[in-house]
Amino acid sequence: MNILNAIFRFYVEGFRRMTLGRTLWVLVLLKLFVIFVILRLFFFRPAMQGMTIEEKQQHVAQRLGIPLDK
Amino acid sequence: MDPSLIDWSRAQFALTAMYHWLFVPLTLGLGVIMGIMETIYVVRGDEYWKRLTQFWMKIFGVNFAVGVATGLILEFEFGTNWSNYSWLVGDIFGAPLAIEGIIAFFMESTFIAVMYFGWEKVSRRFHLASTWLTTLGATISAWWILVANAWMQYPVGMTFNPDTVRNEMTSLSSFFTVAFSPMAITKFFHTVMSGWLTGAVVVVGISAWYLLRRREERFARSSMLVGSIFGLVACGLVMLTGDTSGVIVGRTQPMKLAAFEGLEDGSEHAPLTIVGDMKIPNMLTILATHQWTGFVPGINDILNGGYKLPDSTTALSAEEKMSRGTIALEALTLYRSAKNKGETEKIEDLRTRLQENLPYFGYGHIRDKHDLIPPVGLLFWSFRIMVGLGSLFCLIFCLLVFLQYRKQLTRWPLLLHVAVWCIPLVYICSQAGWICAEVGRQPWAIQDLLPINAAVSALQSSSVRVTFFIFLVIFTLLLVAELRILFNVVKKGPQIDETTSPNT
Ligand code: HEM
Repeated sequence: MNILNAIFRFYVEGFRRMTLGRTLWVLVLLKLFVIFVILRLFFFRPAMQGMTIEEKQQHVAQRLGIPLDK
Repeated sequence: MDPSLIDWSRAQFALTAMYHWLFVPLTLGLGVIMGIMETIYVVRGDEYWKRLTQFWMKIFGVNFAVGVATGLILEFEFGTNWSNYSWLVGDIFGAPLAIEGIIAFFMESTFIAVMYFGWEKVSRRFHLASTWLTTLGATISAWWILVANAWMQYPVGMTFNPDTVRNEMTSLSSFFTVAFSPMAITKFFHTVMSGWLTGAVVVVGISAWYLLRRREERFARSSMLVGSIFGLVACGLVMLTGDTSGVIVGRTQPMKLAAFEGLEDGSEHAPLTIVGDMKIPNMLTILATHQWTGFVPGINDILNGGYKLPDSTTALSAEEKMSRGTIALEALTLYRSAKNKGETEKIEDLRTRLQENLPYFGYGHIRDKHDLIPPVGLLFWSFRIMVGLGSLFCLIFCLLVFLQYRKQLTRWPLLLHVAVWCIPLVYICSQAGWICAEVGRQPWAIQDLLPINAAVSALQSSSVRVTFFIFLVIFTLLLVAELRILFNVVKKGPQIDETTSPNT
């Protein structure tokens, strides 16, 4: 328990004493928000989302197996 | 397939990858330099070196904060824009990448915290170990993704399973073949060493800037000494690994090498083109084969086939490869249909036909043999930029080390100016390296197995275009933020009391 407490205090104190780090954390959090919330939810839906494994196999096999544009 | 979809998808991926690659090399290189500086501090017990390390750690922190997670966007793009590719690549992007990600994440997040928060809290040696382990974590992060990239250039060790339509790692030996293919090894070392070189150029450039302004002189001299010696070593290693990369590319992706050199027709004694008509006789043969005599095929030879390959077989022509590719694609379709209908007598036959033609699988999607030629002009110049700038850095590091030895560093302000300008140049050099590797692989997403027109997901071209511009805006804003913070940190300087320390 003591060691966990020490680790916790280590981080809390570290964060509290940050100077430049504060700005950087704001930047990191903002960026993570943009990546995970905005980009992931609105722009990057996996193309084969919602398909079963068999459907995915069939989908790719169809795209690859039959020569495209031929 | 809509050509503009392919172009926008490629442009979007290139933009993201190049942006991501702005941060990785400095993390790899500066990490080692900080480690060296802190080791000097621990060995000498001199507080001055601690302050020095702390300043470079600030720069490392800014770069790390802006760069972290930018690679994740590439993973989103695999799933969204390159879904066929992601599926086909199979096990490479599965467990190993996840395990590596987790190990590296925990290493980095634990040790980076000790690195920044732990100066007064843990012993010197533990702190030093944390600094080195942070760098090691970052280097491990680079490893598997480079293995995956090497596999795309030289797909060995995996087995294509027509039932799952995936490439699978079937055994431990298959894992080792993928992980330690000659392409993977050289790619890892060339890339990491180029990161070391980037770190060295940045440290030397910023130190030169202080020296030119007659600021923080002692700090700048100490940093310059460590940076330039390390840079010289990194330069040697980059050239050595670059040379090996050239031989491996010549063996595994001859079209890429021919495009680097703009070589239309090959020969047993191929000359190396510097630029225009300036050529060094026989040099390309020596560099590409490490032998005095050896056939280096040109673009036309590769398209026409008929020359002897290193394994003594005869190279097929593009048309032959395309027809064998078509057989492979048809065999896959018929195999799956036979399997569905339960026509067991046909299944084995079709599987064998597919296996026999599998090395040419992707050629079934090629319509015109000229599509097999990557953009020669871009590659020719990117290769020259990379090698030319690499040689320039080598020269500059040699001069800097020599002048420091003769204690004449500040008598050469021009050299210091050049050292500052090398900072943007090293980024251009490193990006040119990736252009060589990736554009040189075109038209393939996976060499010979999957061309990009089959790898791309069928999305609306307009929506990919929109995300391209959204990225452009976000990335530019983030980059401006980073540069502003970085410039402020540099302008403020290390704020070391330069008079207190007895020895530097
Ligand atoms: C000076 C001699 C150099 C030679 C002979 C050389 C050779 C090569 C070759 C042949 C490749 C393509 C490898 C492939 O397609 O798989 C490559 C890629 C690359 N190079 Fe260089 N290079 C040199 C210098 C540099 C320098 C100075 C840097 C950066 C500071 C650099 C950074 C890169 C990067 C980032 C890649 C892409 C990753 C890879 O494929 O390894 N190279 N280099």
